[in-house]
Amino acid sequence: MLVKFLDIAIGGLLMGGIYALIAVGFGLQYGVARVLNIAHGEFIMLGAFCTWTLFTGAGVTPLFSILFCAPFFFAFGFVTYRILFTPLRRSSESPAAFEGNSMLASFGLLFVIQNLASIIWGTPVRGYSYLAFPIHLSGAVFSANRIVTLIASILLGSAFYVFLLSTRTGKAIRAAAQDPDAAELMGVRIHRVLALCFGFGTMMAALGGLLLSMTSIMLSPVMGMQYTLIAIIVVVLGGLGNIKGCFVGGFILGLVGYLVTSAQPGLSMVAYYVIFLFLLLVRPTGLLTK
Amino acid sequence: MKILEAERLSKHFGGLTAISGLNMEVEQGAILGLIGPNGAGKTTLFNLFSGALRADTGVVRFKGHDITRLKPHRIARRGLARTFQSVKIFSRMPVMDHVRLGYLFGRLDAGEKGEADREINEILEFVGLASVRDSRGGDLILANQKRLEVARALAGRPDLLLLDELMAGLTPTEIAEAMELVKKIGRRGVTIVMIEHVMKAIMSICGRIIVLDHGLKIAEGTPEEIAQDKTVIEVYLGE
Amino acid sequence: MKTRAKTYRPFIAAITLLALLVGLPGYMSSYTVILLTNILMYVVLTLSWTIFSGPTGYISLASAAFFGAGVYVSALFSSSLPLPLVAMGGGAASFILALLVGSLTLRLKGMYFTMFTFGLVELVRNSVHWWEVNITGTVGRIILAADNTAIFYSMVAIFVAVLVVSHWITHSRLGLALQAIGESEEAAAHSGVNVTKVKTVTFAVSAFFMGASGATMSMRWTYIDPTTAFNIQFSFMPVLMAIFGGTGHLYAPIAGATVFSLLEEVLTTKFPYYYMLLFGLIMLVVIRFMPHGLEGVIETWRNREKREPSEAA
Repeated sequence: MLVKFLDIAIGGLLMGGIYALIAVGFGLQYGVARVLNIAHGEFIMLGAFCTWTLFTGAGVTPLFSILFCAPFFFAFGFVTYRILFTPLRRSSESPAAFEGNSMLASFGLLFVIQNLASIIWGTPVRGYSYLAFPIHLSGAVFSANRIVTLIASILLGSAFYVFLLSTRTGKAIRAAAQDPDAAELMGVRIHRVLALCFGFGTMMAALGGLLLSMTSIMLSPVMGMQYTLIAIIVVVLGGLGNIKGCFVGGFILGLVGYLVTSAQPGLSMVAYYVIFLFLLLVRPTGLLTK
Repeated sequence: MKILEAERLSKHFGGLTAISGLNMEVEQGAILGLIGPNGAGKTTLFNLFSGALRADTGVVRFKGHDITRLKPHRIARRGLARTFQSVKIFSRMPVMDHVRLGYLFGRLDAGEKGEADREINEILEFVGLASVRDSRGGDLILANQKRLEVARALAGRPDLLLLDELMAGLTPTEIAEAMELVKKIGRRGVTIVMIEHVMKAIMSICGRIIVLDHGLKIAEGTPEEIAQDKTVIEVYLGE
Repeated sequence: MKTRAKTYRPFIAAITLLALLVGLPGYMSSYTVILLTNILMYVVLTLSWTIFSGPTGYISLASAAFFGAGVYVSALFSSSLPLPLVAMGGGAASFILALLVGSLTLRLKGMYFTMFTFGLVELVRNSVHWWEVNITGTVGRIILAADNTAIFYSMVAIFVAVLVVSHWITHSRLGLALQAIGESEEAAAHSGVNVTKVKTVTFAVSAFFMGASGATMSMRWTYIDPTTAFNIQFSFMPVLMAIFGGTGHLYAPIAGATVFSLLEEVLTTKFPYYYMLLFGLIMLVVIRFMPHGLEGVIETWRNREKREPSEAA
């Protein structure tokens, strides 16, 4: 009985950490920078492929790749925001118009990134094996790499949480999330902060992709979209802008996915969708917001 | 006849109480003023009447029927129309089409094309927008945008019209014109409830006034009575 | 105020175009017929998308789900019913699906609606796949192929239908309500418009044509399975084409769809991923610099001509 419970609990948590991380990233982009980034999954995919390339091409262990991927993808996101979204913000007639325009712009990004990836890496699915040995925990068996990704995602999430709470930049971000105009009046350089948020969002996505690639799943240039959906659902579950909520939401979704897959493989996305629909109709602000 | 009645109406937003146990009635054909300091709950009350918000407790009755749980479009079709504090006109739509929209959807007995056009033109003349009938809503000056909101509301042949701060942002000349318009509407037989901060308008147009503060009715009476009411003076007129 | 002559000009152009199209298989190669059928498919999808998403501003990414539903109806009935009935059946199935989805999700804010439709295709694909695997036991179905010319004519008919319906809606009270909803749902509701009903019905009407095209086009494929039927590209392309072309006047989505499908035709064999990349770049440029698409540029130029007629004297 306990074994079964632990098996399910831990099995569910494993993906949950990654789900949470990508949700935090998405939440930063939509909640603060007000960009509904449909291309979020593409950054996840890029993170996964970069890790694959570094591992199979240069033998860099995935965990060390974090040192490269984190700053690289942060910069990628920051620059993208400055080039594409800041001018769009200035030219949009209203915040609502900006939300619509930025979503469409991210749509264009999706096309560009997905097809660039297809050109660079080609269509055959890829994967690699790293730390794929089994670990036994109270009678249940798990793959070591999954446990490592769980720990890594919790560490990364916590680090970011501390960053938001204690640094000046973190406080500026929280101010901008509450009220961008007031924040600007108080001296926060709002365009810079929004670009930073977007950059952090893409960084989280890429790190999520990096961790995903470690779990021995098959990588393909079109894999991103389902993770965008998962990020959206977790954000709606956990509340926009709520990091702890994203983790709770991520674990819940991970658990549901694990349970549904054990019972009826192929229906996990359907289950997520039903949850999504239920949430949107009943409590769109999230289960965990006050 | 009491065209509008509110009984023990309450509305809360999280911990904040916007309206608390309010009772009031409006006589058909009256022009009722609704005043009170900012945040008193006046617009919230209009939202409860028009169906934009649902009351937590209490009942709203319009022409004798309970409309508390009805959606805005149903309430509008029954003959209760309103304007908004922040003017909600359609910036890309021509003036004429605003009135046409109100005419076609705001009533249960829209007529044939010829009759429709005649009525639309009559309403445009009535509010004074005939000269800009083809202009887009967004191209009008504020005073005309407010006229447009009124025209759109009147197109549905309402029995009750709720005006939310019609005079806000208008010049003194425009305020005088607005006051004339309100009186004209009243003479057509439409009952009016108006939220206003422009005291001159309220005092001269309204037959009765209700004063709200923090979601409670603190006074009710004729303009003269209100002007002399000590509580009101303390809370509001003294500002 | 348009003069009488001007009002009839588009109709004359339309009838001429129609005559050309109908006579086409008589004097053009079958390659041209197939190419035109493809273009018509995209034009129909884009026009249908614009019927709902144009005036309301609700970006729907559900088109592929409705197209795919039509494809599946075709798979079920192509051997027993004639083409026109199959097409209508596909349309009807999508109409019902859209009514269901719409009634549930159209009460949501625009962004949530878009997010939900983004995954709808995946949802339907996964559900159909699971159903086929576990309940009917056949993943993948054979479709009785139809003649290329028959498919072409079917698409022409659907195209004409969409045009007529689109034009009718724009000039009807429904169109007025849609415009109002697009600008302020609250004001529209208070003017007596049943916002949810209007949105849902229009959404369903747009889905009908997508389903009908799906049912028709599938007869070129002979074999379908959930993955080929519910292909997210059919959700993305109409959005791209409508944003590029514009959504105000009737010609705009048609122009956008024609340009993009011609581009696709020319580039797809030699540079398969590059053309999609190009589309993405075009999308970015359009959003950034010409948010009302080609139509915006054309209309601005037209208005300038109107306001400052050539300095004659």
